[in-house]
Amino acid sequence: MKNHEPDKPWDLTRFPTIQPPAGSRPHADAGDATCFLGAEDRLRAPKLDEAVATIKNWFRAMSLNVLAFGTGCGAIELRPLATSRFDMSRFGITGAPTPRQSNVFIISGYLATKTLKRVIRCYEQMPNPKWVVALGSCTINGGMYWDSYNTIKVLDLYMPVDVYISGCMPRPEALIAGFSYLMDEIKAGRANGWHHYLENLDWYRENQKQVITDWDLPDYNW
Amino acid sequence: MDLASRIGWTLLSFFVALNYGFVINGIIRKVMARIQGRFGPPVWQPYIDLGKMAFQRNSISHGIMFWLGPVFRAVGGVGLYLLMPVVMGDPRLYAFTDMGDLLLMMYFMFFGSLGMALGAGEGGHPHSPIGISRGLSQMTAYELPFILAVVALVAQTRSFDVTAIMAAQQGGVLHWNLFANPLSSIAAFIALLGMNMYAPFNIVGAPTEIPVGPMTEYHNAYISFMMVGRSAFAIAKTVLFMNLFLGGAHSVIEAVVKIFAIYFWTVFVGAVFMRFRAEQSVRFFLRWPAALGVAGLALSLWR
Repeated sequence: MKNHEPDKPWDLTRFPTIQPPAGSRPHADAGDATCFLGAEDRLRAPKLDEAVATIKNWFRAMSLNVLAFGTGCGAIELRPLATSRFDMSRFGITGAPTPRQSNVFIISGYLATKTLKRVIRCYEQMPNPKWVVALGSCTINGGMYWDSYNTIKVLDLYMPVDVYISGCMPRPEALIAGFSYLMDEIKAGRANGWHHYLENLDWYRENQKQVITDWDLPDYNW
Repeated sequence: MDLASRIGWTLLSFFVALNYGFVINGIIRKVMARIQGRFGPPVWQPYIDLGKMAFQRNSISHGIMFWLGPVFRAVGGVGLYLLMPVVMGDPRLYAFTDMGDLLLMMYFMFFGSLGMALGAGEGGHPHSPIGISRGLSQMTAYELPFILAVVALVAQTRSFDVTAIMAAQQGGVLHWNLFANPLSSIAAFIALLGMNMYAPFNIVGAPTEIPVGPMTEYHNAYISFMMVGRSAFAIAKTVLFMNLFLGGAHSVIEAVVKIFAIYFWTVFVGAVFMRFRAEQSVRFFLRWPAALGVAGLALSLWR
């Protein structure tokens, strides 16, 4: 569980310059100080802005759309979440079939380097703010794939992870607990992993290119 | 009534209708969850989704038509609602019904889908044109029974004016077109299943198959705008059916109950049926509902 609280939210020079593809118009650019979750508007810092940020974060936390992308065996534990026994829709959590409409990415278990490329593509296409939930021990230290040649071992090197849920496999109850933790973090304005990703895009890219040998992605996947 | 108060009342009634659409969406999610043995999200979840969508950031646009798609969709819903008399005998809730007849209303009903098709087509995702082609072919199919039913009512009443059709149904429940012209009504209510796009006619969005069809590239603020347009359109369309077949409403309470009943007809059918494929649904609409529509038209011409 990481806390990527930015030190100087007002310092816009730290952001990498990301150019959109020709003919497209990005609206959320990385150099937008209001991108921060909890720290947003700290620049101006009147109480009203803080209250607005709190309300926004509450709305974001109460309506999570999970991208339907099962990377590994852990995806089998996501199905029961939607069924009558566990029913994640009680918490406002629904599935979203396309990255454009989702804001939570569950890396469900082991992640092959081949899948990592698609995961990066999907993750960058998701609109900000977005969160990553890493499921299972494979995402933490490789798990039972610790000596595998084609899976990544530590997910945090390639994507910013907001919540880790350990286990092999974690039960749906553990997932609900993880979601509830994520919701608390979002409400408190501490789930800023996506912002950390934008800030340190070069570092993440370097790591990604080390394992993805046939790199053919653009600078940033709008 | 002068123009200013007319606009004021129309805005108020539109605001109430919009919120009723959101509440109905929440109730639908709750009802579907209960049917599937779940608890489901709270009834106010559509409002939370709307807020969340508005507070997320848009990441990309694909061009002017991509922007205009949701706008056209909303214009279809709002335009339809502005022409709709909601409560009989209450001129405050007649909106601007004297400025357009049934033909214009039907035009507005299709305008939104066409605009949306253009906008989604510019998104460029392969799933969008697949969903659009399915949606438009299904739309052309359910048009036929619906238009046959409307023409039957027009032939029966000798008027394209909705208020005239409403007035012709007064005097008791058995005077409603639902009972006075049952064949046309059945055809139109089956066409409504296609319009509301719940199962078995939800091939357009086809969740889990072509992810969400036309809306694949749309996100956040686009979606929140579409949610507003869709709930306005849903209510306006249902009010049209209420006026045409259920004799209109004499009070707001009656309107609320009838709208609920008409809308949930499609929801309950959707809860128990499987999804038709595109060609199955086109064949279905061109067969039984169309035959019923022709029979209803013959019946109303013969009388």
